Amino acid sequence: MRHDVRYTVLFAAGVCLVCSLVVASTAVLLRDRIAENVLLDRQQKVLSVAGLVASGEELSKEEIKSRFEKNLVAKLVDMQSGVMLDEPAPAAYNARKLALDPATGFAPPPNAAKVRRMPKQGLVYLIKPNDHVEGIILPVEGLGLWGTLYGYVALAPDARTIRGLTFYQHKETPGLGGEIDNPRWRALWPGRLATDEAGQPMIRVIKGRAGPPDEDPYEVDGLSGATITSNGVTNLMHFWLGDEAFGPYLATLRDGRSN
Amino acid sequence: MAAKPKELAFDPLFDNNPIGLQVLGICSALAVTTAMDTAFVMSLAVIGVLVGSNVAISLIREHIPSSIRIITQLVIISSLVIIADQILKAFVYSISLQLSVFVGLIITNCIIMGRAEAFAMQNGPKESFFDGIGNGLGYSVVLLSVAFFRELFGTGRVAGFTILQPVSEGGWYVPNGLMVLAPAAFLLIGCFIWAVRSWKPEQVEEEFHIGALPEPGFEGDLR
Repeated sequence: MRHDVRYTVLFAAGVCLVCSLVVASTAVLLRDRIAENVLLDRQQKVLSVAGLVASGEELSKEEIKSRFEKNLVAKLVDMQSGVMLDEPAPAAYNARKLALDPATGFAPPPNAAKVRRMPKQGLVYLIKPNDHVEGIILPVEGLGLWGTLYGYVALAPDARTIRGLTFYQHKETPGLGGEIDNPRWRALWPGRLATDEAGQPMIRVIKGRAGPPDEDPYEVDGLSGATITSNGVTNLMHFWLGDEAFGPYLATLRDGRSN
Repeated sequence: MAAKPKELAFDPLFDNNPIGLQVLGICSALAVTTAMDTAFVMSLAVIGVLVGSNVAISLIREHIPSSIRIITQLVIISSLVIIADQILKAFVYSISLQLSVFVGLIITNCIIMGRAEAFAMQNGPKESFFDGIGNGLGYSVVLLSVAFFRELFGTGRVAGFTILQPVSEGGWYVPNGLMVLAPAAFLLIGCFIWAVRSWKPEQVEEEFHIGALPEPGFEGDLR
């Protein structure tokens, strides 16, 4: 079919208009649902790393929400001084947004985890089902093989003993690096020690097998076929538990200055 | 065209399979076939987009100026893909996380543009609808069978249920690491094409010789 230029331009504009209307209305209709899914997924991961979800347990939306609110308190920590702010963290806290804003974020020195920007105030969750804190959950991120691994590590109140590690977003190869999601591998973490007594990060993902936590407190089995992902996990643990990130805060916990 | 809906919908399963015979769309067939559940959801997404684009393009085929027909098809296809992606994120969030970028890449899936250009531009919406279903199913057959073998031998599971107890979980089966990597999908698709062509030898192309010389004594026009 031959058409003149005017018809062609009008036709193109018409198709674009219709398509953009359809796409925009779908996006608007589903936006809240998607945002809720993202939030629920994140909250479920936090609950599971806190050990508040049994493995294989399926939770409904309401259960996730209620368990989250009952057991966890979100707080802000000043990264440089390690001081925890008294008031609860705002619900709209978004680490990635804050990290990119020059007023609320900063660039850490070059590091193996390849973290380029981080927020000045980090979000931590206190596991606090009753009056005293039973553990803390820290957000971690660092480069794996195909992209950044985003996750949470839960520590006991001594700020050394790991209670769990989970990743909520990554791009690793399913079956190889993607095994960081495998419950059996994640079950190797609880009970091991993240840092030595002075707070120096020690935990490492090694090549091959590590013994039980009593024998090899600082080592975790490597993922076969996924050396770069395994190293990425080591790097991000060292970065986020170290002096550049949550190290000062963990030091205050060890000294018992904070509840 | 006189093709019946039934033929349009079932021919592409084995007789005219988009991956097996037309060798279209194998890029995504490599990426999403490490497990059955992702392959299944991906198949549904591709069928949905393919049917939608075929029908939409067929409806306006008489009005599309030929100078911008490819880009018009692309605009329609990509809009449908964005919608599919949003729906997956809203209703099967955990699987959409695993499919990640590959849903977006349906836009570049050659099957969809191939059917739009080769079929929907010449046929009515009803035929195009069934053609979309058929080619979508043809894609799904390959995707699911490749995913079945990759998941079974790569992780010892089928659709998430353990069939071969792997060593890492206290069993006897040593998972084949090759199976979870992309090359395994190439091997399996190759085997699929081989199997289908042994069953239906008429699909075998004539052997292709490069620079074959004419027989001695040939007196015709060589050009």
